[in-house]
Amino acid sequence: MTSSSRDCCATVTPSGKGKGRLIPLFAESSRQHKKEESVPEEYRLILKHADEAGYGNDIACYLKHGGYKTLKKILLMKQRRVAGKGMISPQEWLREEVKKSGLRGRGGAGFSCGLKWSFVDRRSGKPVYLICNADESEPGTFKDRQIIYKDPHQLLEGMAIASYANDVRLAYIYIRGEFVKGASILENALAEARKHGFLGKDILGSGYHLEIYVHRGAGAYICGEETGLIESLEGKRAYPRIKPPYFPAVLGLYQCPTIVNNVETLCAVKHIAANGSEAFAKLGTPNNTGTRIVCLSGHVKKPGYYEVEVGKVTIGQLIFHKNFGGGLREGRSLKAVIPGGSSAKVFKAGETFLLKGKGKKAKPKKVALLDLPYDFDSLMEAGSMSGSGAIIVMDDSADIVAALSNIAEFYAHESCGQCTPCREGSLWMSQTLRRLSDGGGRRRDTDDILRIAQNIQGRTVCAFGEACAWPVLSFVNKFKDEFEERGFRNERQNAEESAS
Amino acid sequence: MSFDVPKKLEAEANRRIRNYPQKRSASMMLLHAVQDQFGYISHEAIQWVARKLDLQPINVYELVTFYPMFRPEPAGKHEIKVCRTLPCALGGARELHGHLCRRLGLDAKDCGLQTTRDGRFSVEFVECLAGCGTAPVMMCGGEFFEKVTLDEADTILESRK
Repeated sequence: MTSSSRDCCATVTPSGKGKGRLIPLFAESSRQHKKEESVPEEYRLILKHADEAGYGNDIACYLKHGGYKTLKKILLMKQRRVAGKGMISPQEWLREEVKKSGLRGRGGAGFSCGLKWSFVDRRSGKPVYLICNADESEPGTFKDRQIIYKDPHQLLEGMAIASYANDVRLAYIYIRGEFVKGASILENALAEARKHGFLGKDILGSGYHLEIYVHRGAGAYICGEETGLIESLEGKRAYPRIKPPYFPAVLGLYQCPTIVNNVETLCAVKHIAANGSEAFAKLGTPNNTGTRIVCLSGHVKKPGYYEVEVGKVTIGQLIFHKNFGGGLREGRSLKAVIPGGSSAKVFKAGETFLLKGKGKKAKPKKVALLDLPYDFDSLMEAGSMSGSGAIIVMDDSADIVAALSNIAEFYAHESCGQCTPCREGSLWMSQTLRRLSDGGGRRRDTDDILRIAQNIQGRTVCAFGEACAWPVLSFVNKFKDEFEERGFRNERQNAEESAS
Repeated sequence: MSFDVPKKLEAEANRRIRNYPQKRSASMMLLHAVQDQFGYISHEAIQWVARKLDLQPINVYELVTFYPMFRPEPAGKHEIKVCRTLPCALGGARELHGHLCRRLGLDAKDCGLQTTRDGRFSVEFVECLAGCGTAPVMMCGGEFFEKVTLDEADTILESRK
């Protein structure tokens, strides 16, 4: 078995022990982490090399850092015996590994990747397609850009492994149109990989064929929704499909079984294949395994992307610790935090939550906003979500009404227009908030937008309905006095002006 | 019909079409190629793409009207897109957009696509460009600029005059 020097968590075979067990190196280092729990630190697995001086996005550099070794290892793998399952194919083994690793999708929904793969209809006789969702467009998110621009071959290797595991022969990277350079970097990387025999016919003599192509989007946020993306890849308007029956795993691209995975998820697959599911699951916390690239933006001293073990760092540490956001600007206090991209429900500074806690005997625990572990489950229990891993911080200088108006304008612009509640409602909310923020509002506006939002969520084909309703519902409910006061003030001022 | 298709474009279109099991899938890549070549997507171009893919022109036209990046009319030679969305707005996107508009004699209150009279520049507000950690961000042509100060915006304009 080859070890990959590219990974900080390379597996090594201890010398002198013959067929010794694989020892994941990072199990050691995570133990060391625990000793000094007070110092939250980055844990770079996927972005390990991305920002190293001299690390380029060409294949020579990737190979020098142990690139494509995992793919080679996987392609050479023979059938293996697994307890309770008998002999299984390397493909099935890989799929099991991804399931066991606990990897959850990094695009927004946080759905189990292994489970998603297990839904694929493998008996239909139709080809299976893999699509990498590189349509990164959730406001606040800029992590996939780092991978695509700085380490494209890692993504390609992850895609090749995921494709092999699912018997995929044709895969696409759906990249957002604005990543003009990103698309050409990927095209270039694909050409290099083909030249080196990592893609194309009979890859490395294994008999396995795979082609990957780049498909560019053209500025529509809805293409990030997987069925909208599939429609777009078929050359149509990106109108999301209704589920059921159009679950991509059964009726996806060209009505064939299709897997749509985020860029970061596919890179994680590469690390699971390299080091095993156990090593991956040791990172992070139970049910929230591995690492996650958190994007920090807004009013912090050091905005940027930070790769951390999921759940090992709190929201407060991400905003205030010197290793991450470094705190707010001088003299400012925290007002609000959007924890998972602009679709996520906002948190108000000072909020506390009652979390169930893990395990059967665990007692519910009161947790303050800043002490919330940044993971999938805690944020969901707190009533929001970690979404695409984007934290937008607002200090007391932010105008909450204007901030929501900005978000509402985004959704009004991006609604695909297929479902009436969303097409009309997102525009009404945006117009109402615009006038409220610009001085032409009325007292009843607050109730109006709440009612509109309630009538959008749950009444649309795709989750965009929720994505545009949730910010409005949470902002207005948590900062209600500010919205009502604004409407009241607007109305009074306008009455005075018309009277004089 | 007076629509001359350069050989390079024709070759690229044919290559792109081969990447998909169904021709129609290539429509967006073909529209990108057309826009890169001519700066916008004319009616003639739409008909050409439709013919290439065995589609009706409406199947192509509906994409041009749906996807914000596709332009049915020419824009300025240098097309500036300033990100408008929340993190950039918190980082001064409105000031940046206003500054660029004033410098170029355009209306700072107009968020849509505006082109200077000489056709050198166009400016528009666009939605999130995925550069939220380095707000405010903008694009000029295919190039991406981060943490753009007003002085830097001037330099970008100067170097493209």
